[in-house]
Amino acid sequence: MKLMEVCGTHTVNIARSGIKKLLPKEIELISGPGCPVCVTDQSDIDRAIEIVKIKDVIMTTFGDMMRVPGTKSSFMDAKRDGADIRIVYSCLDALNIACSNPAKRIVFMGVGFETTSPTIAATILEAKRQKIRNFFVLSNFKLIPPALVAIAKSDRVKVNGFVCPGHVSVIIGSAAYVEIAKRYKMPCVITGFDDIDIVKGIKRLVEQVKKGVSKVEIEYKRAVKKNGNAAARRILYSVFETADSDWRGLGRIKKSGLRFKKVYKDFDAEREFKVEIPKATSPKGCICGEVLQGIESPLDCKLFKKVCKPERPIGPCMVSSEGTCAAYYKYE
Amino acid sequence: MNKIITLSHGNGGRLMHELIETLRLKFSNKILNELSDAAELNIKEKKLTFSTDSYVVKPLFFPGGDIGKLAVFGTVNDISMRGGKPVFISLAFIIEEGFPIQQLEKIAHSIKQAAAKAKVLIVTGDIKVVEKGAADKIYINTAGIGAMDYSGSVGTKAKVDDVIIINGGIAEHGMAVLNAREKLGFTPSIRSDCRNLNFEVERCLKDSKNISVMRDPTRGGLATALNEIAHSSNVGIEIYEKDIPIKPSVKRLCDVLGFDPLYVANEGKFICFVNEKNAKKVKRAIGPQAAIIGRVTSVHKKEVYLKTKIGSTRILPMLETDQLPRIC
Repeated sequence: MKLMEVCGTHTVNIARSGIKKLLPKEIELISGPGCPVCVTDQSDIDRAIEIVKIKDVIMTTFGDMMRVPGTKSSFMDAKRDGADIRIVYSCLDALNIACSNPAKRIVFMGVGFETTSPTIAATILEAKRQKIRNFFVLSNFKLIPPALVAIAKSDRVKVNGFVCPGHVSVIIGSAAYVEIAKRYKMPCVITGFDDIDIVKGIKRLVEQVKKGVSKVEIEYKRAVKKNGNAAARRILYSVFETADSDWRGLGRIKKSGLRFKKVYKDFDAEREFKVEIPKATSPKGCICGEVLQGIESPLDCKLFKKVCKPERPIGPCMVSSEGTCAAYYKYE
Repeated sequence: MNKIITLSHGNGGRLMHELIETLRLKFSNKILNELSDAAELNIKEKKLTFSTDSYVVKPLFFPGGDIGKLAVFGTVNDISMRGGKPVFISLAFIIEEGFPIQQLEKIAHSIKQAAAKAKVLIVTGDIKVVEKGAADKIYINTAGIGAMDYSGSVGTKAKVDDVIIINGGIAEHGMAVLNAREKLGFTPSIRSDCRNLNFEVERCLKDSKNISVMRDPTRGGLATALNEIAHSSNVGIEIYEKDIPIKPSVKRLCDVLGFDPLYVANEGKFICFVNEKNAKKVKRAIGPQAAIIGRVTSVHKKEVYLKTKIGSTRILPMLETDQLPRIC
């Protein structure tokens, strides 16, 4: 029985607490595409790096994007070469940088799932309210359910059930997985991040698989409701609308990303900065795409631990602390 | 005196002498007051410990400490970890032009208090001023000498079956500095554990004549310090997650940022490897916050294993790259 933990935080906590070793051999856990850093397409990083080369641009980003390699370089490399790239902890920090640097254009590298994107949408609403004109966001946001549908439909990936992410589900609610459970016959259990939460989630998933049922269950009732957080979604969809999006490793998935609505186009960094980016090429031998879909394990990769290491990652799954390869490198 | 540090404060002229005089008066003692190029020390003991460290921290002032306190206690603690009784400290500043003198005085005051608390004398010092942009505000280097005059001694290698004791909760310094530097506004505010360990070490050595090895897990955190010892002593180490003390607020901030507290810096903690027979006595000597967190094994040499809360086991490697705050 193959169960996929979708979320990167689950992957890390499973590795950290050694859950795999305690499970019976029949239950195999495979890691899914739920690390936002890992699924950011190379071309999106290339674009951001081209933008920050423009004079008087400050790039702001969450910390774990710093080391992610694009086709030729990462933010870390660009910073070393003199680009002004700053780590922020919230998009509001980026907005404050914009306020205190009126002569510069500030770009926020927008990466993340439904957990993160509403806070960025709220920041854009605030920027509009304050009439701030030098603040832009690169919208590389992604949505979890369309990626799960893609995996459930895939012939290559054989998964018997999903351990669904906790924080994303706080926003989208358990209702968002109903189609996956009903139409694609895929058991779904939403669970929290403590080791006990995860074990309980796995247990309920196994019970569903054994009974031959597929439904959505919440093992994280202290945080997740059926309808999620409607207010957060309202903010999100007042600024953004769904669009096709490129996922590293998974390719283009229909309506799995977010783009600016027309009314907020002035904040769209892609529209503000027209840059040419070379065609992205995947590093030779890297199987992150397969790892992100649970087709292969990091241990199947020829580069793993030999040339691809946390201090000099080749593929994205080695970069983020939530990445599957990084978790394997550190804990397995 | 000018309100900020200028290059003239480092050019050997009047302003520099005035600055040195201000600082000397703060740390005043017979040896320092000689104001010669080197301090003449009178140490009866033959065996000494000697250590040096440089201090760069951002922000300079953080809840629970500042760069000055850190610079004194850091070196005091390094000396203590080898069983030395810290006696003399040197103090050297590299200051960026434009640095406010009022802040330098605040740091000097903190150094004075720290030295008094740890009962060490600052016996020699230096100041260099560099051009604006050539340094980040202020750097401090201290070196220290300790006398091996405790009744017990501390070795350099862990022995199989030794018990590992820690003197309190982990990850406080690293998270306090991060919380302050990045203005995360995380409440309750986390205080650095920055403090001197020499008296705790002295108590340990009274109760157990022989401690196999001691280490203060500063940069790289507890996991890295344990790995260093497993390597240098050619032994295996096993630690128990459920027994490792950590304050709930520190744990929460680590969880939010995706940090592993086992890799976060401490500035007032030490681990002590001692044979099982003496473990309880040493633990008692340290105090009520002390905890037994693991033991030394003859298997999986040069590796550290963690028994997780749910009863599984995994390897605990050395820190690979700096931890970066995650997205969600």
